[in-house]
Amino acid sequence: MKTVIDEYIRKAMFPNMWCPGCGNGIVLGAIIRAIDDLGWDKDEIVAVSGIGCSSRITGYVDFCSMNTTHGRALPFATGIKMANPDLKVIVVMGDGDCSAIGGNHFIHAARRNIDLTAIIINNMIYGMTGGQYSPLTPTGKFGSTAPYGNIDQSFDLAELAIAAGASYVARGTVYNPRQSTSLIKKALDKKGFSVVEIISDCPVSYGKMNKMKSPVDMLKWIKDITVSKKAWDGLSPDEKRGKYAIGEFLSKDRPDYTELYEEIIKKAQESGGNK
Amino acid sequence: MKQEKLLEVYQNNSVKISVRKGWCKSCGICVEFCPKDVLVPDNQGKPIPENIDACIKCSLCELRCPDFAITVEGVKEKDE
Repeated sequence: MKTVIDEYIRKAMFPNMWCPGCGNGIVLGAIIRAIDDLGWDKDEIVAVSGIGCSSRITGYVDFCSMNTTHGRALPFATGIKMANPDLKVIVVMGDGDCSAIGGNHFIHAARRNIDLTAIIINNMIYGMTGGQYSPLTPTGKFGSTAPYGNIDQSFDLAELAIAAGASYVARGTVYNPRQSTSLIKKALDKKGFSVVEIISDCPVSYGKMNKMKSPVDMLKWIKDITVSKKAWDGLSPDEKRGKYAIGEFLSKDRPDYTELYEEIIKKAQESGGNK
Repeated sequence: MKQEKLLEVYQNNSVKISVRKGWCKSCGICVEFCPKDVLVPDNQGKPIPENIDACIKCSLCELRCPDFAITVEGVKEKDE
């Protein structure tokens, strides 16, 4: 048995530590297949992650990798990219890591439009720490800190990224691995800040508290709550409630931060330090 | 090495399905979502391609496996 996956993983670390049926593995597969399609060299890729189950991904891939502090994957990645703009930097975050602890970094990375690819694995809960609700837990769903249902309004991460100025924004699911692979591939290839949110399953924390104990139940639920971008545009506001559009939302060209920074360096050098 | 020993390969004229039993965690995703019901669970819940002749090589089991434990490969005509 020889698979494309085997060429990009640290096999000694497997089987992985994720729970049975965890979507993180499906997303890892999609990332690797997208990179293989692009034909990138392993040594020119840097994978950066923060804290959480999803952040274990950087330990499993055979790229240059860095596991950083909670929510700070994007600042570390920004530093790596600025130090060597030739590197291809991929940031993998969970929903809490990206939108709560690192929420500020997320909007400012999008505002600067720095050439990073952010992949957010959205399982709608803090899975590793016992199922506390996150900013992406849907209203009315349960968590260990929301035993009577979550009253918060959840973020729409795609809308947030678009408003903040990202160059590429898309959403996929673990139920649709082919689509997710192609969205990740486009995001990796795009110059500027690219965001791909992948709706994922956490049967152990989210599923247990929301009557979907098995991974199969969770994947069926993900299938039910998602609609393609095309169909989404024709839905009424009532029909949209509790559902997620999937597909590509935005792909635009805007100068990326590293290019602008190079220009400023050039300008300063040419003027000999005189403004 | 232990994992390699736990590799099981099933093959017919057109398709080869390999299951890395040492990596499989019996989540049941491949069995449930196979569009042709090729896979059935064994007593541990790990997949066995009982109806391998019905396989259309869509590879959805491989793409949805969180543990990289199952692969589907086409068998070329000349190998028959």
